[in-house]
Amino acid sequence: MLVYLLRRLVNVVVMLVIVSMVTFGIFFMVPKITGSDPALLYAGRETNKTAIEGIRKKMGLDKPITTQYGLFLKGIVAGRDYDQGSQITHCPAPCFGYSFKNEQPVWPDLKQRIPVTMSLAAGASVLWLIGGVATGVISALRRRTVLDRVTMITALAGVSLPIYFTGLVCSAVFIYSLEWMETINYAPLTDDPAAWLNSMILPWITLAFLFAATYARLTRATMLEILGEDYIRTARAKGLKEQVVIRKHALRSTLTPIITVFGLDLGALLGGAVLTESTFSLPGMGKAAVDAINSGDLPVIMGVTIIAAFFVVMANLIVDLLYAVVDPRVRLT
Amino acid sequence: MTAPLHDSAAETATVDVTADVPAKDIEGRSPGRIAWTRLKRDKVALAGGVVVLLLILIAVFAPLIVNLLGHPPNDFHEDLLDPDLGIPKGSFGGMNSDYLLGVEPTNGRDVFSRIVYGARISLLVAFLAAVVSVVIGSILGSVAGFFGGWVDALISRLMDLLLAFPQLLFTIALVSVVPDSLWGLTGTGVRMGVLIVVIGFFGWPYIGRIVRGQTMSLREREYVEAARSLGAGRAYILFKELLPNLVAPILVYSTLIIPTNILSEAALSFLGAGVKPPTASWGKMLSDAINTYQADPTYMVVPGLAIFITVLAFNLFGDGLRDALDPKGS
Repeated sequence: MLVYLLRRLVNVVVMLVIVSMVTFGIFFMVPKITGSDPALLYAGRETNKTAIEGIRKKMGLDKPITTQYGLFLKGIVAGRDYDQGSQITHCPAPCFGYSFKNEQPVWPDLKQRIPVTMSLAAGASVLWLIGGVATGVISALRRRTVLDRVTMITALAGVSLPIYFTGLVCSAVFIYSLEWMETINYAPLTDDPAAWLNSMILPWITLAFLFAATYARLTRATMLEILGEDYIRTARAKGLKEQVVIRKHALRSTLTPIITVFGLDLGALLGGAVLTESTFSLPGMGKAAVDAINSGDLPVIMGVTIIAAFFVVMANLIVDLLYAVVDPRVRLT
Repeated sequence: MTAPLHDSAAETATVDVTADVPAKDIEGRSPGRIAWTRLKRDKVALAGGVVVLLLILIAVFAPLIVNLLGHPPNDFHEDLLDPDLGIPKGSFGGMNSDYLLGVEPTNGRDVFSRIVYGARISLLVAFLAAVVSVVIGSILGSVAGFFGGWVDALISRLMDLLLAFPQLLFTIALVSVVPDSLWGLTGTGVRMGVLIVVIGFFGWPYIGRIVRGQTMSLREREYVEAARSLGAGRAYILFKELLPNLVAPILVYSTLIIPTNILSEAALSFLGAGVKPPTASWGKMLSDAINTYQADPTYMVVPGLAIFITVLAFNLFGDGLRDALDPKGS
């Protein structure tokens, strides 16, 4: 178990280093390769030639690429100083630079947005795991019934529907036509739980539906395969109740591949959260990134990318630990 | 050395299929024939295939279709809008015999023409991105499966990493730093190029994993051993003996990766990182609809259904194709 844990931790560090390199590459090397000037990109609305030279010096863009990467990493871990010639501004850690829009450091604004995205992603994944696995199991047990067929057709439709379309249809129906819900107006959980819940229910359902569909299909297929295994026959033959056979023997093995896929889907979940936030105008990190594309606010996009990747890596670690709980073989290696 | 084994594309997937042929019917059927017979029986998959074919025709002949049934996709028709609200006059978003799917709010462009032209962007990006994924995935997947050892470990790790990456955000990041004109392309051309490369790049591990698994099982086959004993080199075995036998699984998974690509393109256009206006795109139409869908739901439903039908058709066809080529199927 300890070896397993250590290997996972090393994995996390490697992932984080790669993420930082890729992000650095996108924001500081791709502009060079495609023939534009990074200093020009970071100048925002500034077009004055001497001002651009100032930015080049201030951001260290005139230094060799390895030094630049070092400064970039140092900024995130420990904060960095920007030398503007006459004065030195300190950008506290984690430093992703200053937003072009309000010239403020990117991090404080993004920090406020993390709980929104977290509530959305966590709630949706709980809903989809429970919903998807339950539907899949029921479908597998009631194979070839009307219920099974209806579930599988719904699941296929779910896989083919874009989140932003289901989201808009849901708001049109439940908020504006039937008026079962109030218009979405996000408030933090600690301030106003009722408003928080109201703003989260539809986004949760929309985001969960897409994934639940995939998981229902996967659970059904795995469960059917496992129900054909010899050890299930043995369990039944020794007189175990059907309920125990399903719950203790079949379900547990079914969960192993589900958790593997869940780990792989965390990145996609975040992408889904970005789309959901835009659809429902939730003030999360994804919304910040999307608004930043339209205004060309690069530091914000960079901040969101790094923070998001960090959370995906950490969530992957949790999934790996869950894996050890579900599959006892993992603990031995 | 050119064993007759790799004449047919479907050979690999159906090697064990002889067991399924009923005893009374000894007449030989090629694996490709068997797959085709199965596919013909699968009505749902066939329906999906027909829709896919239709969509490809629509995309190819878009200018002709719009000439016959629509109005130029970028022409404004403000006279068809309610001057106060900016939404189309008449019910169902202004649908009538002249404007088959109505007109869009604000500018009054013909929705039918924009959907038809949107199919072009959607399918072109999805197909070309699939080609990128298939090329990278087949090469790296087969190399990993064939050589094993540290090569395999390295490539497999890379695939795991890419699969867990928040690709949507990284694509947004990349699109935001790429300039408007690049390598002789401008505007929409650049954006399409970036979309194709990025979507294709994040998609290759899906193909790569399948190809790797297949290669690992194929390299132990007798005909590979035969080739090796006759003195064939590694490259020869990999490209001339193994790759032709991988065509069937690669074909299946490319049809299944296309719907994912269509969704990715639509999502990026929805977020403003797709093709640039005024080029028509289904995802962009949906993001425009956010502001008006309470007053004019038709403009939201039409592009939404276009995406849904296209993706569903590809999924149904791909699933059917996979079942038809599956050697374990009956």
